Amino acid sequence: MSETLEKPAAAAVLNVVGTRPIRPDGADKVTGRATYGADFNMPGQLVGKILRSPHAHARIVSIDAGKARGLPGVKAVVTAADFPDLASEMHEGGEQASNLRDLSLNVMARGKALYDGHAVAAVAAVSTEVADAALALIKVTYEVLPHVTEVEDAMASGAPLLHAHLFTEGLPAKPASASNIARRHYNERGDIAQAFAAADVVVEQRYTTQAVHQGYIEPHACVAAWAEDGRCEVWSSSQGQFMVRTYCAKVLGREISDIRVTPAEIGGGFGGKTTVYLEPVALALSRASGHPVKMVMSRDEVFRATGPTSGSVMHVKLGATADGTITAAKVELKFQAGAFPGSPVGAACMTALACYDLANFTITGWDVVTNTPKVAAYRAPGAPIVAFAVESAVDELAVKLGMDPIAIREKNAVHNGTKAAYGPTFQNIGYVETLAAIRDSDHYKAPLGRNQGRGLAVGFWFNIGGESTAAVHIGEDGSAVVVTGNPDIGGSRASMAMMAAETLGLPVERVRPMIADTASIGYSMLTGGSRTTFATGMAVVQAAEQVVAELRKRAAKLWETTVEQVEWKGGQARCLDPAKPDKKPLTLEALAAQSGRMGGPISAQVSLNAQGAGPGFGVHLCDVEVDPDTGRVDVVRYTAAQDVGKAIHPAYVEGQVQGGVAQGVGWALNEAYIFDRDGKMENAGFLDYRMPVASDLPMLDTILVEVPNPRHPFGAKGVGEVPIVPPLAAVANAVRAAIGVRMPDLPLSPPVVLAAMDRRQG
Amino acid sequence: MSKAHVTTTVNGDPVEFLATPGMTLLDALRDELNLTGAKEGCGSGDCGACSVTVDGRLVCSCLVLAPEVEGRRVTTIEGMAQGGQLHMLQQKFLEHAALQCGFCTPGFLVAAKALLDVNPDPTETETRYWLAGNLCRCTGYDKIIRAVMDAAAELRQEKIA
Repeated sequence: MSETLEKPAAAAVLNVVGTRPIRPDGADKVTGRATYGADFNMPGQLVGKILRSPHAHARIVSIDAGKARGLPGVKAVVTAADFPDLASEMHEGGEQASNLRDLSLNVMARGKALYDGHAVAAVAAVSTEVADAALALIKVTYEVLPHVTEVEDAMASGAPLLHAHLFTEGLPAKPASASNIARRHYNERGDIAQAFAAADVVVEQRYTTQAVHQGYIEPHACVAAWAEDGRCEVWSSSQGQFMVRTYCAKVLGREISDIRVTPAEIGGGFGGKTTVYLEPVALALSRASGHPVKMVMSRDEVFRATGPTSGSVMHVKLGATADGTITAAKVELKFQAGAFPGSPVGAACMTALACYDLANFTITGWDVVTNTPKVAAYRAPGAPIVAFAVESAVDELAVKLGMDPIAIREKNAVHNGTKAAYGPTFQNIGYVETLAAIRDSDHYKAPLGRNQGRGLAVGFWFNIGGESTAAVHIGEDGSAVVVTGNPDIGGSRASMAMMAAETLGLPVERVRPMIADTASIGYSMLTGGSRTTFATGMAVVQAAEQVVAELRKRAAKLWETTVEQVEWKGGQARCLDPAKPDKKPLTLEALAAQSGRMGGPISAQVSLNAQGAGPGFGVHLCDVEVDPDTGRVDVVRYTAAQDVGKAIHPAYVEGQVQGGVAQGVGWALNEAYIFDRDGKMENAGFLDYRMPVASDLPMLDTILVEVPNPRHPFGAKGVGEVPIVPPLAAVANAVRAAIGVRMPDLPLSPPVVLAAMDRRQG
Repeated sequence: MSKAHVTTTVNGDPVEFLATPGMTLLDALRDELNLTGAKEGCGSGDCGACSVTVDGRLVCSCLVLAPEVEGRRVTTIEGMAQGGQLHMLQQKFLEHAALQCGFCTPGFLVAAKALLDVNPDPTETETRYWLAGNLCRCTGYDKIIRAVMDAAAELRQEKIA
């Protein structure tokens, strides 16, 4: 079931936006024709493979590749010695800044291997068999070092140090000694000591979550070719071809213009393909061998060497008065960053209390390096983790006060004009409307069965705008091509085509969207931050508007009137000049056919830096049934409401919400990185890293609330990330309701739930 | 390392290729026959992205050795649309927006067709359990299940008509 609740203010006459046409890339994707990362081949290509550290923490004493190089069919071996030793430099590329030195050290270990799976060498050979044989012949001498994987262990004094020169930033004074704590984030308002002292009810709890992987089904893959004159070509599956280009140039010390990156279809990313792992290595192997090199990760490599998101330890303390007003909040977050600094704890601090209007709070966040794979962005990075803790705490408060979970959230809700805990003042938000949508839903009123419980949680994400380019080209027959630089990760071609069609007045079938390589369209930030439909969509609409302006100008010339007297409506120029009542409308076809005589091709390109992305709020309601004999938790009903601004293609918006819910349910119930005593991942495969399958889930109902964002031509807000924020807590709160025990440690696997029930009975 | 000569039928066409002893059917399809519609998501039979049928039976082609299909009938996603016409399942996947990134889609379609071949009127639960061997990380399965059940209903109607 899905429904859309539209605010009357948003109701403009739209012919395409808000409908559900078949996606323009659909036929390719249901026939197996679409070309993903591993589906592309180059003549003469070699197979590239990576040798990975078997140790969680080890000094690389020496690498002897002599035997491997001598194996017939081996064309190149590279190690860190084949990459420039970069200086520390921050690069702003998307939602999160990256340190280019760390990025390059993650691509290929230099001096030390920092986690099980860290790349230490790579080979290119004529076949997979020869490449595998070559890897086995590379002799790496390691000095194994003590390792640390758990965040609090890594923070303890005397913990094994990953980086000898890491000094905690964000403290009042530089600490005297190095540690694994990269940064402290801190934010406060009011006086929490006084507020807690005056509170009628206080709840306090420690919460933990485990590292989880984005779990895209397509492993990382690329083909790279380095020509003798230094030009580089890369074909790869990523969330941003321009991101790949920049990172390859930086890691290899090349000019940006030397590298052309062509985006393959992307088989899922969820933030995990916002960085590079293989592409610079493939280029280095291509340079060394003189052949194109294809590299494809195995699932084991994806788990061991690409970004999960952080495991965490969190403390949340809330105080409230008897009427449910939350008067004080104290939040402390400790996040695993993996091998290099950069956990999403900063974003977690900013989102922690974003749904609540609070006078007194402190939020402290710790970014801590550990001997685990460097974390990568994962859908609303950091927000689901902290929402699990805060929404569990608010639920506990509601239980103690005997309050309805929506009532307590409405009482403390942020509104337009509220100064958010993270700084800005909210405008045009649809949070209370989204709470109301769940309160008014059938689900909220439905009775529960035996062994069932109902949980509610809310979530927030900023959404971003940023730099985008789009071009609109009109064919001689009046059809249109829309070109952007953003990989289509979940149906964005459809929304681009729809927004262009709406603006041009064309049927959507006459607009073909294309995603271009880095040499064929202007720069665009990667597909991430829920930015594409908002920011790239804005560029598409502006380019289409420029085309319309040109068409009106040409019609005015033909009619010998002013451009103001020409209206563009329904794909036609209409003459408004009262002195020329005989002028029949001119269609786009008619004007396009005359382009050779009227100023040439009709085409426009817009590059912009989109501002004013509207933040998103979601409210989720979850029913679970707990098996009293096994502790198995089944999600039996789920409804997710979200303010989406304006759904351009509602079916794909619903799909974003449903997909986020499913990932969140997996995070809550099953998914976790499990490390053995040596710091090696024990469950690096889909059998043991258990993501939800079809039989684990019910239908996922959605309610799209539309409070338009005035900064977008059609009112759109980002939608992709918010839906993964509430589910962890919604599920955990439902389990608490079902069994009467607060569940502060994820995942809620059967043994954990069974043990909690046994404690209750004992 | 000697290679085995394999003669088989893929999507109705006779094909032959040389297989190394460790070559999987998935590798043969993708690398020898250039049929890249079947995807490798795990290589261990856990994700279903490589689903094909062998003599009508649904298998993960990453778990089948290429020489095993000697003399058999293999069908892949490339054989689903006929004469430029999408199969009902493919059409319903598009109408229901049952794909986002599309990487798992070929496997789901092959698996769903295998379901409808043996059970033209599956319940939601039967559909969910049949497709439990196919991982999708984008959709939460909701629209996939709806698409399969809608396709089943339409195909039943067609049969009656």
